[in-house]
Amino acid sequence: MNDINTNNIIEVKNLVKEFKGLRAVDDITFTVKEDEIFGFLGPNGAGKTTTINIICTLLSKTSGEVTLGGYNVARERNKIRNCIGMVFQDPSLDDRLTALENLYFHGLLYNIPRSALKERSEEVLEMVNLTSRKKSLVMTYSGGMKRRLEIARGLLHYPKILFLDEPTLGLDPQTRNKIWDYIIKLKKSKNITIFLTSHYMEETEICDRIAIIDKGKIIALDTPDNLKRTIGGDIITILSEDNVKLKDYIKEITGSEVHDAKEGKIRFEVKDSSSFIPKLIKNSPVKILSISARKPTLNDVFLDITGREIREENASARDSLRMRMRRRMRH
Amino acid sequence: MKKELIGVYTIWLRDIKRYFRDKPRIIGSLGQPILFLFVLGTGIASSLSFKGGGGGDYLNFMFPGIIGMTVLFTSFFSAMSIVWDREFGFLREVLVAPISRTSIVIGKILGGSTIAMIQGAIILLFAPLLKIPITFTVFFKVIGIMFLVAMTIAAMGIVLASVIKSMQAFQVITNFLLMPMFFLSGALFPLNDTVKWMNVVSRANPLFYGIDAMRPVILDNPALQLYPLWLDMVVLASVTVVMSILGAFLFSRQE
Ligand SMILES: Nc1ncnc2c1ncn2[C@@H]1O[C@H](COP(=O)(O)OP(=O)(O)O)[C@@H](O)[C@H]1O
Ligand SMILES: [Mg+2]
Repeated sequence: MNDINTNNIIEVKNLVKEFKGLRAVDDITFTVKEDEIFGFLGPNGAGKTTTINIICTLLSKTSGEVTLGGYNVARERNKIRNCIGMVFQDPSLDDRLTALENLYFHGLLYNIPRSALKERSEEVLEMVNLTSRKKSLVMTYSGGMKRRLEIARGLLHYPKILFLDEPTLGLDPQTRNKIWDYIIKLKKSKNITIFLTSHYMEETEICDRIAIIDKGKIIALDTPDNLKRTIGGDIITILSEDNVKLKDYIKEITGSEVHDAKEGKIRFEVKDSSSFIPKLIKNSPVKILSISARKPTLNDVFLDITGREIREENASARDSLRMRMRRRMRH
Repeated sequence: MKKELIGVYTIWLRDIKRYFRDKPRIIGSLGQPILFLFVLGTGIASSLSFKGGGGGDYLNFMFPGIIGMTVLFTSFFSAMSIVWDREFGFLREVLVAPISRTSIVIGKILGGSTIAMIQGAIILLFAPLLKIPITFTVFFKVIGIMFLVAMTIAAMGIVLASVIKSMQAFQVITNFLLMPMFFLSGALFPLNDTVKWMNVVSRANPLFYGIDAMRPVILDNPALQLYPLWLDMVVLASVTVVMSILGAFLFSRQE
């Protein structure tokens, strides 16, 4: 957004978090700049939530340095709490209260003067389009509405940074798109830093910078465009009569790695697919049954670095318990 | 300081609001004491009188005990809700807010105690059915005792909630702590001339002092007390203070 302003609002240095022998966060270092949208992208169990919880003072670290707005997370907890807004991965609204009451309690906790509280509640509710339902019990809300209300609540005390931990988790695609629209709108209308996480690759494209995290380590950190540029061209997927033979042939003419993909297809990268495909079809030693080409996505970046698809991951027992609870609470 | 007080108030107010919204819970939680009182109590009373044990008074004797039971269970479970609230609910939102863990614990103890006191007061309204006269003075005295007992139990609940994490442990606590506390409190039978070990163990049970304080007041009969009222109150207050401090410490340490 603002190129002159390169102040770091969050600085994380050699952060490690261990849970009884398990290294959930394994020596990560990164910074978040003021007023940017920063994204953490990685599969389930990568350590995204753990890192966020440490930054927002909910969890203590095993070792490393973390500061937010110049405050130390271990020593100046209340100062940090005052300037962050949180949207947790798991629901945290009181569903027996109305939207307005949830905001009212939030206002009390953050010491917002009563006179300002009413006006601000209206403002944030308007922003996420919940004004007409402000007096309904949260119990009667849909999953997407609850998420929007959580975003509104996170903004009520005008935080400098808003954390959004998997803001679209468990929502249907249409609702997910809407949530992202609200987040983009928010970024346009306010000077605010946004730190979000997701395991949906395509969703983090709105970020100014993305850290790809896997097994507790940051394996890449750059703008979405730069990350995709590391792929170096287009992705081609082919179904043929003899994959083994074709693989050797392609390796020979392009010099690039060829991987096995789903449904018995093979997959590789070329600089320029529009000139490559006609040539291949003309000269291929085996019969090609189908061929497709597309621009690289962040998913390909992840695949490229780790050799795995981001969504293949199985949830741990702990995560599946959380998911069950979440489903029960959200719907 | 003012911020912390507002924090305590917020946690308390939220518990109270939730309580009054949940009508089925209010009615449901009255089921058990009423069952105890009118089915178990009546049954025991009639069999005692059948044996010529002067059982007509048994229902009266049991009545303060049932109030104690209501306060015990309500207060304890309200405080324990801090366990799952922490993982999957509103409490996470409170935990990132700029207020101290101690305020959260105090708010939670006060919230649970207020609800338990209200539940106990509802049972107290059944007194006329048992032909127990309740004057205004008695009513407010009992309210005060109930609130103190509830605080003691809630503070104990917070301590346990801070060391116990799984839901399974919950069932264990109910069976191996709450039920014995109820049985060995003097709620259902007097604990001055039973088996010796029972007498001894009951003195380590905070609810025992609560019942001992309430019974003479409700039944307007000083002869029923084992210890003077002031002593019961001092014991309860001391346990409350110790448990609250321990609870606040354990809760702050936990993550
Ligand atoms: N409180 C905890 N106790 C034990 N293990 C945990 C705890 N919280 C997270 N983990 C484990 O740490 C790893 C990282 O989890 P998490 O940060 O939630 O990942 P993500 O948010 O990226 O899905 C996982 O293996 C998870 O099971
Ligand atoms: Mg997570």
